[in-house]
Amino acid sequence: MSVILILIGFSLSVAILFLVLYLWAVKSGQYEDKYTPSVRILFDDEIKEKRSDDKSSDKSTKSNKTKTKLN
Amino acid sequence: MIQIDKYMPAEVKLKCYHCGEDCDSDDIRIEDKVFCCNGCKTVYEILDQNNLCTYYTIDETPGITKKKEIKRNYDFLDDPQLKEELIDFTDGNTTKVTFSIPQMHCSSCIWILENLFKLNPGIKFSRADFLKKIVTIQYSEKEISLKEVVELLDAIGYEPDLNLEGKQKEKSNSHNKKLAYKIGIAGFAFGNIMLFSFPEYLHIESFSQDSMREVFGYLNILFSLPVFFYSASEYFISAYKGLKKKIVNIDVPVSIGIIVLFVRSLIEILTQTGAGYLDSMTALVFLLLVGRIFQNKTYDALNFERNYKSYFPIAVTIRKNGKETTKPVGKLKVRDRIIIKNNELIPADSVLINGRGFIDYGFVTGESNPVEKVNGDLIYAGGKQVGGAIEVETIKEVSQSYLTQLWNNEAFSKKYHSDINSLVNVVSKYFTFVILSIATVAGIYWWPQTNIAFNAFTAVLIIACPCALALSTPFTLGNSLRIYGKNKFYVKNTDVVEAMSEITDIVFDKTGTLTETGSSSVKFVGEPLTAEEKILIKTLVRNSAHPLSNGINELFDVPVASNVDDFKEIPGKGIEATVNGKKVKIGSGMFVNHLANENKIELSTKVYLSIDNKTRGYFAVKNNYRENLNEIIGTLKRDYKLHLLSGDNDSEKPELEKFFGEDTVMKFRQTPQEKLDYIKSLQSGNKKVLMIGDGLNDAGALKQSDVGIAVSENANNFSPACDGILESRSFGKLNEFIKFSKTSKRIIIASFVISFIYNVVGMYFAVQGTLSPVIAAVLMPLSSISVVVFTTLTTNLFAKKKKLL
Repeated sequence: MSVILILIGFSLSVAILFLVLYLWAVKSGQYEDKYTPSVRILFDDEIKEKRSDDKSSDKSTKSNKTKTKLN
Repeated sequence: MIQIDKYMPAEVKLKCYHCGEDCDSDDIRIEDKVFCCNGCKTVYEILDQNNLCTYYTIDETPGITKKKEIKRNYDFLDDPQLKEELIDFTDGNTTKVTFSIPQMHCSSCIWILENLFKLNPGIKFSRADFLKKIVTIQYSEKEISLKEVVELLDAIGYEPDLNLEGKQKEKSNSHNKKLAYKIGIAGFAFGNIMLFSFPEYLHIESFSQDSMREVFGYLNILFSLPVFFYSASEYFISAYKGLKKKIVNIDVPVSIGIIVLFVRSLIEILTQTGAGYLDSMTALVFLLLVGRIFQNKTYDALNFERNYKSYFPIAVTIRKNGKETTKPVGKLKVRDRIIIKNNELIPADSVLINGRGFIDYGFVTGESNPVEKVNGDLIYAGGKQVGGAIEVETIKEVSQSYLTQLWNNEAFSKKYHSDINSLVNVVSKYFTFVILSIATVAGIYWWPQTNIAFNAFTAVLIIACPCALALSTPFTLGNSLRIYGKNKFYVKNTDVVEAMSEITDIVFDKTGTLTETGSSSVKFVGEPLTAEEKILIKTLVRNSAHPLSNGINELFDVPVASNVDDFKEIPGKGIEATVNGKKVKIGSGMFVNHLANENKIELSTKVYLSIDNKTRGYFAVKNNYRENLNEIIGTLKRDYKLHLLSGDNDSEKPELEKFFGEDTVMKFRQTPQEKLDYIKSLQSGNKKVLMIGDGLNDAGALKQSDVGIAVSENANNFSPACDGILESRSFGKLNEFIKFSKTSKRIIIASFVISFIYNVVGMYFAVQGTLSPVIAAVLMPLSSISVVVFTTLTTNLFAKKKKLL
């Protein structure tokens, strides 16, 4: 039967890990702004050497993606 | 809504590359990009130089127009005391500051605000919160000052809304965080305890003798400790506070239930006589806290507690010894000379000394047509100058001014709506006593057998724990709040929905509430004007800053003639000039054609027009009543007593009587204080008053009334302290909103009945002392969940029926 105790130990440590992760997520403010991150994720990283022509080529797809009808 | 009588020009309008506004010409341009004004072009140049043109590719024409730009002076931000109040935190090197940016409207805005460090390396980090419309900036004190940060934001079109009021929100934020912790812990404990209780539920024979049972019991106690002492603590505190004031609120029976659950479980587990009810206890706390989320739902971007401070400027330009300096508003003294520029607010009661004032009291009265003021006239705080700069001398300090004095009224210090009388607390008072007596009777009945007596006594208290009762109100009202929000009616909290269901009297403010703000319609009465005449008129009125001239100006969409001579503006009379060789006069009847004003009671202002001394007719400028006003008033009149309070004179009384009928009390020329007193007098007659107003002059009355609703064109705009903000296009649904609050109340009562039925079933087991943990663990969450499902479904159903969803 002691194998159950070991398994419980495992399951508990996993559960506690998730609890700690949740508390950390709350503490770091991840639940405070539920909208802006959804927009932020779609911003492309800056290309170091910019060429204006390839910027305009992906313009249409990008603006469609991130265009937001707000409110 | 100016009714524009225009013939459309055939050409396609040019749109500004920066802000998307129409361009008058394509003079201002860089390469192929056209701008509406130099301000927009400058912003583009700044961004272009810093390789930030991604701004224009995320959303099209994301910019904020710089057309109405006025150069602001931010010198006051160097004032150390003021700076101290504005910033969140500083360690001398790095400073963190949060600004409210009302202009934030698209993803490009977020992008640029988070890339500020590319514009100035002194800014280390910036993060935007779109829903709250705030940006948090960290900057290095050595490289950039607060003033420069603000100037940078202003330069790219995101002028921060500086006021000293934003800090209260932080509090509610940390409160929400705490609730999230508590729910997390309760949910964690609930899930795990339930898992460990499964063998018990399933009556596994071998298990009951096993040492495993002991281990599980102790683990359960371990999990329940933080739930009992941390997650549930606010219920104990609230119950204690209530009892201290001799009020039995809903948290009293809830606390009794939780404590009894916990103590009995401890005894059972430690003496190894049973498995305890810790699963039920943690489930109960978890569900109760989830209910609290619904109750706490608020609108982040809206502010219901605004007072005058939040919309007064933080600093003003004063003239001292011939020099212009800035001074924080709080330090303003009597006899200071202030320079008020276009679109700036007058912070304190003052006398006009220099310049021509057109004061827009829109914030105060809801009437946005500016009032003309001449030298020596008194100007009340809260007015906004429209037109050129003026110089005024203060005669009172900010806090002593006519309007701000309202905030000293006790109505503003009283705590809003004590919940003693809320339905659930009334019920819980009787409920608690009934439950305690049943438990006692059951205990006495079994008395000689102490074991069963104890079991029965505690089981009654456990099973009767009014979890469902406590959940029905937050879920019903929280859902109603959400439904209102979908209809552009934003209510401060759930208490307001309940208060609304008890309304007996409705008090209306006239201007801005019954009439549409700033929407006078201008119509020309007379023989139709020729295109040429329109050009003459437009040319003439363009030279005048008078509001009536503006109205007429917007009526015609024609080019202007360049040939204007002898322009004269006679204050209070009219304007005249010779345009293209023709003498055009616009103004009062006396001025234009020597007619006396024939009719004193007029609904509209008449502005006469003559060309070459021949009267052509007049422009009728009329206040617009809201659409469907007749229907709305008609339906409301049947159920409620209506009142009308107006700061204006009674010239519109006959017209208003057509809407309201004879039996409505109408009071005109009411000062803010008189409005407040009128509400008070109604309340002392045991009436529950709903007040609908919009301006700052209604603030006192809104605060005093049981439910104060501010009508606003845009909920994000300024509105005075109130319980709810109603966007004006939803004004027509007012009756549905009030009716729906009554429906919500009935739903709550129905859900009470459901939870009582569960209680009766549970009680059947409890009084016999045979309440097993399984029955408790099934019955208690089941009753809660069924109440939650019932209230949510029925509110949605009724909302659909009333076409609110």
